Amino acid sequence: MDELINKLKKEVITQLNLEDISEDDINPDSPLFGEGLGLDSIDALELIVLLEKNYGIKIEDPKDGKKIFHSIRTMAEYITEHQKKA
Amino acid sequence: MPSRIFVTGLGFISGLGNNAQENLNSLLNLRSGIGRIRHIETSLRDELLVSEVRMASEELSCLAGVPSTEAYSRNTLLGIIAAKEAYRHASLGDHPGLRTGLISGTTVGGMDQCEKYYQDFLFNDSKNAFIDIYDCADSTEKIADHLGLKGFMTTISTACSSAANSIMFAARLMKAGKLDCAVAGGTESLTKFHLNGFNALKILDKQLCRPFDAGRNGINLGEGAAYLILETEEANEKTGNRVICELAGYGNACEAFHQTASSPDGTGAYLAMKKALEMSGKTPDAVDYINAHGTGTDNNDLSEGRAIENLFTGKIPWVSSTKPFTGHMTSAAGSAEAIISILGLVHGIVWPNMNFSNQMPELKFRPVTEMIRGANLNLVMSNSFGFGGNDSSLIFKKYGVH
Amino acid sequence: MEYINGIGIISPQNTLPGQGFLEAVVEQTADFLKSVEPVYKSYIDPIASRRMSRLIKMGITSAKICLRDAGIDAPDAIITGTGLGSVEDTEKILGELTIEEKFLNPSPFIQSTYNTISSQIAISLKCHEYNSTFVHRCFSLESCLTDAVLQIREGSAANVLAGGIDEMTLNHLTIIRRLGMWKREAIRNLDLWTSETPGALAGEGSAYFVISSEKNEKTYARLAAVETLYKPSSTMQTASFVKQFLADNGLMPAEVDLVLMGSNGYSEHDRVCNEVIMQSVPAAARVLYKHLCGEYHTVSGFALYLAANIISRQMIPSCMPLLQRKPEKLENILIHNHFRNTDHAFILVRV
Repeated sequence: MDELINKLKKEVITQLNLEDISEDDINPDSPLFGEGLGLDSIDALELIVLLEKNYGIKIEDPKDGKKIFHSIRTMAEYITEHQKKA
Repeated sequence: MPSRIFVTGLGFISGLGNNAQENLNSLLNLRSGIGRIRHIETSLRDELLVSEVRMASEELSCLAGVPSTEAYSRNTLLGIIAAKEAYRHASLGDHPGLRTGLISGTTVGGMDQCEKYYQDFLFNDSKNAFIDIYDCADSTEKIADHLGLKGFMTTISTACSSAANSIMFAARLMKAGKLDCAVAGGTESLTKFHLNGFNALKILDKQLCRPFDAGRNGINLGEGAAYLILETEEANEKTGNRVICELAGYGNACEAFHQTASSPDGTGAYLAMKKALEMSGKTPDAVDYINAHGTGTDNNDLSEGRAIENLFTGKIPWVSSTKPFTGHMTSAAGSAEAIISILGLVHGIVWPNMNFSNQMPELKFRPVTEMIRGANLNLVMSNSFGFGGNDSSLIFKKYGVH
Repeated sequence: MEYINGIGIISPQNTLPGQGFLEAVVEQTADFLKSVEPVYKSYIDPIASRRMSRLIKMGITSAKICLRDAGIDAPDAIITGTGLGSVEDTEKILGELTIEEKFLNPSPFIQSTYNTISSQIAISLKCHEYNSTFVHRCFSLESCLTDAVLQIREGSAANVLAGGIDEMTLNHLTIIRRLGMWKREAIRNLDLWTSETPGALAGEGSAYFVISSEKNEKTYARLAAVETLYKPSSTMQTASFVKQFLADNGLMPAEVDLVLMGSNGYSEHDRVCNEVIMQSVPAAARVLYKHLCGEYHTVSGFALYLAANIISRQMIPSCMPLLQRKPEKLENILIHNHFRNTDHAFILVRV
């Protein structure tokens, strides 16, 4: 899980072009949206593309993104769970 | 300074039909243009519903009077067909003394050909004829050439409010004394580019769109073109054209909220409608019908609905979105829905908001769901909102009514 | 009357705040002239700019510089002219889409929409006023200025933010080079007028202006008139159009002091530019400038920056070769621009 979390941090930084943020700045448990990193609805869509591109996981309803993209840890958990299924 | 702007000609092609009369017939018969993709080559073909003009580009070339061997985008062909219809309708070509301008809205331009030949553009000379038809201005200039227009022309691109803004800009040029008449509207063909773009934004409904429904789930895209002929009162005395209705007001405002999302309270929509109403010199209760932008997305319909409730604090006029008929014609939506509103005004018809079943809990009003005939309509409003929170509202008034 | 009360420009020259008026010319030996860009972080919050492509950053930054220059916090209208919008974002999508229709990122799609620049400026200023975007080749900026003037004369606006912006990329240049009107090789910009190879030198830039109803201590010059001409049948027709344009503004041809030439290095079109000006305002001094910024749809933004500064400073920078005698005064400047001799545009700038 820790390995996936670190990998995800890197991928999120690249995908969302968070130039000034390093992996250490991201707490895996703090929220990505709102008060946390301050991401918005377009970032959520970018994260959907990330999951599809890098992990082959498709999210049809962007509303599901809220839970999945709550934090880096919830993302990692979702990936682990759904990759097992596949 | 001219103060009144008359509408004297209409030209309209969409999934509902190839001219204004065919469009009217489909509307009267509750025939939607939305269905499976037939003409665009895309891997989303079986996944999405759209409202396509029911002709392949080769057939459109024929209808537009263009040799199919020449490099024309589908966008331009649609534009030529609708603009020609409007121009002939008002026989403006017979009045060379009048300064006629062309203001056209589009965003995809020649993208349908560009996306077909982009790899050739990059690596070989085989498709060079198509390079120049990529930009938005190409369609406007070709429309001008087909109408024989040489006067003022320009192209506006403000995404889904482009055509409404074209009508507005044309009217402003006329009021400023720079033009006597104008061909104003917009054209937009479906492309793989924006089908995929909207799809990436996850705002396309895979089923029929349901504007203002509690269970709404997004847009069905559409294509087509629509142009209005506008004349100043003074020019109209010279042309002697029958006045269809009057453009009584218009307004544009910016949400300044988010690049794609509307603000929760619909600030931009509210301001645009308010400006248009103020210009018309009318109070909110004088508006009989609103042709809403009503795309069917969660966000738009809530935001627009709230803006309507905030502006129309007394009685809320009849409201419907006609996008379940035409699909969302993006850059052409503004002029297409202006024409649909005008047809309703002239024939005393309130168009129904199809596919509606459940009231939105957040709103007090519900859209008109059954066609109303014999309605006494004097003032109708047409809303068009675009990306970047570019919100525009047009008001048309029955001719001869004060 | 309408006045130019603020300018913000990012161009292939040193035109950023504090860099003076073309004191040291920027030499570039390149396929196209690229803008000298500022550090965007000092103008745009990095969180807000994280998704923005170069063009969007260039647009917002030049708009902000312009408003600061005019001393205005919020304009009454925001209008942009752009021939091609964000080429980089469009290419990103096309590059992927034309190989496989999969995994499209939403950000480049959103930014490829032409009105992103105007709306991003509005978002950053929280400006709810009139907002529009014109996309018509070399009429783009001219339509935008026409709209700005209308806004003021209608009484809807006192200060309008209006600008023109376009970017160039190597991919796009590769494509348009196929049409034979552009230089096929990298050249030194200062050698443009003596270069023996055919074609124009491509460029880019963003120039915003505050157009105001009132003259004040910030005023550079007066934006006297803007007109466009589509597909003239002959050079003579274009020349009479210019004469009429001047007459409509109460000017005799001999009263034009300086013409900023539309020439770009493509000899066939440069010949037309010369003929038009020689037939309409033969006595005016003429000056070339596209070796400084290159050719692009909204290049008249660079020309308007030049005209406004020439009038307010009463000097012509030495990096611009005069084609004729030195003008006696600098009060009336005519800008001519064209798109392949099909679309012609004229702007009159006065003291």
